[in-house]
Formats: sequence, C-alpha cells, structure tokens
Amino acid sequence: MNHFDVIIIGGGPAGMQAAIRLGNFNYKTLIIEKEKSIGGKLTQWDKLFPDFYSAEELLQNLTRQLNENVSILTEQEVKDIENTSENEWTVKTADGQYSSKALLIASGYDFFNAKRKEEFGYGIYPNVITSVELEAMIKNGKITTLDGRIPQKIAYLQCVGSRDEKVGNHYCSINCCICAVKQSIEVKELLPDVEQYCFYMDLRMAGQHYEELYRTSQEKYHVQFIRGRISEAASTFDNRIQIKAENTLLSTPLKLTVDLFVLMVGMEASETTRFISQKFNISNEYGFLQSKQRYCSDNETEIKGLFLAGTCKRPMTIPKSLKDGDAAANAIFDYLKNR
Amino acid sequence: MELKKRFWNEYQKEIADDHYFYARSCIRQSFNPGAEAMFLNIMKDNLHKDIIDEANQHTCTGIGYHTDIVPFYTTATIMARLFSLMTEAGYKNYVPSCVTSFGLYVEVLETWKHDPETLEKTREYLYKACKREFELPENIAHSSDIIYKFRNELKKQMKYQLINKHTGQPLRGVEHVGCHYAKVFPAFGEGGAEFPYVLAGLIESWGGEVIDYPERRHCCGFGFRNYLVLTNRSYSVSNTYKKLESMEPYQPDFILTNCPGCNMFLDRWQYTIAETQHKTYDAEGKGIPVLSHEELAALLLGYDPWKIGLQMHQVQCESLMDKIGIAYNPDEKYADINGNQLTPPDKPDFLKI
Repeated sequence: MNHFDVIIIGGGPAGMQAAIRLGNFNYKTLIIEKEKSIGGKLTQWDKLFPDFYSAEELLQNLTRQLNENVSILTEQEVKDIENTSENEWTVKTADGQYSSKALLIASGYDFFNAKRKEEFGYGIYPNVITSVELEAMIKNGKITTLDGRIPQKIAYLQCVGSRDEKVGNHYCSINCCICAVKQSIEVKELLPDVEQYCFYMDLRMAGQHYEELYRTSQEKYHVQFIRGRISEAASTFDNRIQIKAENTLLSTPLKLTVDLFVLMVGMEASETTRFISQKFNISNEYGFLQSKQRYCSDNETEIKGLFLAGTCKRPMTIPKSLKDGDAAANAIFDYLKNR
Repeated sequence: MELKKRFWNEYQKEIADDHYFYARSCIRQSFNPGAEAMFLNIMKDNLHKDIIDEANQHTCTGIGYHTDIVPFYTTATIMARLFSLMTEAGYKNYVPSCVTSFGLYVEVLETWKHDPETLEKTREYLYKACKREFELPENIAHSSDIIYKFRNELKKQMKYQLINKHTGQPLRGVEHVGCHYAKVFPAFGEGGAEFPYVLAGLIESWGGEVIDYPERRHCCGFGFRNYLVLTNRSYSVSNTYKKLESMEPYQPDFILTNCPGCNMFLDRWQYTIAETQHKTYDAEGKGIPVLSHEELAALLLGYDPWKIGLQMHQVQCESLMDKIGIAYNPDEKYADINGNQLTPPDKPDFLKI
C-alpha cells in the first residue's frame, strides 16, 4: 500500500518524535529516510549535553515507541514532491511513489563544510578536525592525532560557519558553545594530562544547566576559555598545528601550538531542505524552511497540508527538535480532523 | 582520516593572452634592476608576446598611500593617468610589476566599480590636472600571474630544472607571496589568499618541491611603516626573523617571491640577522637565496645570471646555481656593461662575520 495519512521526510529526532505521536493518533504514517537507518545526526553523537545522556539510549527509546502504524523506508532519497489539486501529496523516490493527505518535512541540517574556511586548513592539515570527528573519537574511547600520538594540547574554535558574514551565515548554530564544553570534559576524562583551550567570540550558555557545565569545565577540568578569533592555522615540522589568534580581553596577539585543532562546525540547511525550500518557495535567507508564523503556527506553512519540524527551519538542540516534532504532530492532527 | 594530498588551491582567474601594458615597480628598478628587464625579455623573446614598456610612466603612489601620506583621490587620479597612458597606447590588459601596485590597482578599480561616483570624480580630477582621459583596463594581472599562465610553455624552453644535480632530488623552495597580491582581494589571486598557487605552481611545474611552514602566510616584514619609520625597523627585521626561524627546519634551497618589497627584505635582512644574531639559515653560512618569479624563470631558461642581476642580491645565488648545475663565469660577476671589472665587495658570499 502506497497511500498514507502522513508522509514524513526525514527520520531524525524531530521526524521520529512526530511519527510516534501520529502513530499513537492512529494515522498511517511513512518515514522516508535517505540514510541506511533512522536517527539522523543523533547516530553520530555519543553523549548529549548537558547531562551526558546516551545518544544511543535516546535513539532506542524513540525507536521502541514507534508503533505498527508507522512504516519506515531507508536509503530512499526524495526525487520529487507534488501537491495535487485535492490537497494530496505525492512523494517520488528512486524506488517508488507514495501519497498522503499531509506532508511533514523534517529534513534537518548538514554540518558546515569547514573546508570553506581555508585559513583553518581543514582537509589540508590532518590534525585539524571537526567537532563531529572528535565526537567519533570520543565514541570510540580513543583520541589520537593522525600519526597515533596522544595529544598533549587541544584547541577548540567556536563559530566555524556560524555568525560569519564571510560565509553568509549570520545566525548562531546554538549547539556549538555547549558542545565544546561537553566534549572538552569528555576528552579530559579520557586524557587526564591534556591541556585544552577554547577560543570563542562570546559563550552562549542559554539552556538549562549549560552555565553550570561551563563552570565545571573550568573549575574541575581546567579548560581555558580565551575570548578571541583564530586568524590562521598552519602545520609545524612535526605535524602539530600552530594557531594565531588575538586575545580580545587582553588585547594581545597569541600564538599556540597544539596537537589537535577542533573546529566547532555550525549547522546549515541540508541538501533536501534546500531542495524543498526552492520547490515550494518557502526558503528563508539561509536556505532553511520558513514556517507560516513563528509564534502560533511555527509547524505550518502557507501551503495547505505542508508541515515543518526540527532543524529544517533553523538550528535547534535535540530536546527542542523533539518538542517540535510533538508540536508538528499536533498541528497535523488538527488539520486532518478538520479536513 | 585521509592524509593531506595537496596544499595549494588551483582555482584560476582570467588572465589575458597577449597585448600587455607593463607598469614598472618603483623600488625593484633600484634593488633588482635585472628582474623587470628579464620579464620583458621573456615576454618578447621566449613567449613572443606584445608588451609595451611605456617610457612616460610613473609611480602608482602605493608606498605613500599605505603610509597614509597620499590620500585616496590623489592615488586614484595618478593611477588614472597611468590608465590614460595605456588607453593612448591602444592597450587594454594591464600588468603591474609590483604586488603593492597590483593590490592598489585592484582596490581602486573595485572602489570605482562599487561606487561609480568616485570614478566620475577621478575622471574630473584627471582632466582638470592634465586634460587626459582614460578607459578602464579589461584585464589586470600581476606579472607573476603571466609567468604562471605560461609556466608550461616556458618549461619546454628551459635548459634547467629545479632538481639537485648531485642527488637527483627536487630542490625545496619556500614560496612567499606578497601580502597585497590576494590577502585584500582573494578572488584576484591565483588560488586565493590562504593557499595561493601562483608561485607554488611555478616551483612544482619546474621540477621543485614546495615547502609549507608555519609562518608561510606571515608578512615579509616590509609593512611600509615598519620599515620607512626608522624607529620601527626592528619590527620589520623581527618579522623576517620569525619567518626564517620558522622555515629553518625544512632546510629550503631557495625562497621564491613575487613582490619587490618581499624580495628585498627577505634577502637584505638575512645580512642584518647574521650581524645581530650571528645566525644564517643554511649549512654553509651563506644564507638562503631569494629570487623573484622572473629571475627564477630567466635562470632556468639559461639567461646569464649576471645579466639577470643576481650579483645585486645580498644573499649570493651561486649555491643554488651549483645545485641546479647552471653554468656561469665567476670572472664576469662584477663586470660593468662594457666588460670592465668593478671593485667587488669584500665578502659578498658570507653572511656570518
């Protein structure tokens, strides 16, 4: 059967949470996911901030709650979407065609491609890595440089691809500040002798318990936070990374050689998100999707039957994505009931 | 994680094929007078290109502008006069010899483009000053861009390669691209600002190996006010010192630059550092030879090193020529244009005192 009440494009946290609710409302729901398994970017994280809750456990919890009303298609990239005159939706993938009464977009985000910030040498110098790659090391319980050394010094740089006029992303990605705090604590637990430096413009610890974790990282884990931008990174003779920065609190230039240089990459609209935003002309200035009205109709669009959830709209944390999935399911419930 | 494969960006900018108006550098003609002559020789005799070396040209005011002595409209008007010479001669492709000039031409052209009122004012000032008019260049490229564009054609004509004849290994070159080449307007440089390919491409194409080192992007130390204001000169030297210290572990055979100022300071300050720090950066105490893009091209093409003017350098280039296997006559090193011997320096090839 290829007809559903709701099709959800994207099986990340927002899409999964919406599917749980819609399944519980007895709506026949289909999740179309382009990756091999559902979970979205959640599958790339080890523990979540600020409480170090296991990402895997969260994924298992979400998966367990999906009931028999929910079907899942993986490794299916959306090729086209059509909105028919009867307000029916048709989604085409390489393998088939699926229709529904309502369509929920939860196509998420991509990480900023750090190669675009040439001055940091990502993709050129092997010991310049992204926060995503560091998370993979933390997940494996082993943090080394490319040539297998145990790092003695690690530097983190915030706002790579966020709040950056040069790359066209003026917005804050919300997650990176607290993510660096979390990762630096995890790294220190794995490598007790490591020295860590975190370069920032300003630290945005706006979530519950974020400020406390930031304080803990300094007092207990001795992470040094330096206000200032790094201007360039270069490889040394022994494959370490020399970074140049300005300490904007002390108004002094600073040069530091570290073993690993971690770029805290921001969030950008995913390829699928961009495709949909162009297809239905609902793009905001950064390629994310624009909801109908931010305060009261943030899961709806100007197009009848088309709904949005999660980071396809803007950067969000995982708890907010989950709540947004809930809210989208409620909006769809109202729509289908009154249809 | 995959190992790094390439340092340098190869993205290209548009460079005209022929018919160039050449704008000389103020300081290069004093410090390395053979470099510009070699560029013109290469363009005419090796590449058979049409290039004009206009006799009535003058400064671009770059040094004055960057030391806050010359205001913008004065600079723009003086540049407009140079463009009027180009227009009068029937050329549209502008080729500055100097990186400072190149960066400033681009700055003025971009200002005119984004603020057309400034262009109209400049036209008015030029006409009031000397009754001249001008067209904007259709293409602007630094002379190192031109050598880069034709690097493979030149390679076919080269007698020598950047190979150590004793070991058969590629010679190791440090490339130093002048700050104003692409740091101000990255899109106007071959390869952009961070990993410019304009000089690295020459070294690679001509058989050598490019060295990347931590202070590669650092300023040579000229910095205009750093040098021109006497009390700042230690700052100028300290920048060069920082670069030399940083490149030392890689043991470069030569330094390649595309900027008259960089060539001057990376070369001359090696002597100052030898005097003050009692240190040189090669095994023999002779310093690391510093060549410009035209000088290196001419050397490999087989031009006489003394006609290139390499004896005018502070760090003498025989060590590099011996590694490459370039034939030269030491007796002609200090001969004048008529073959008469001039008084040679006491210790031309040893920096350590």
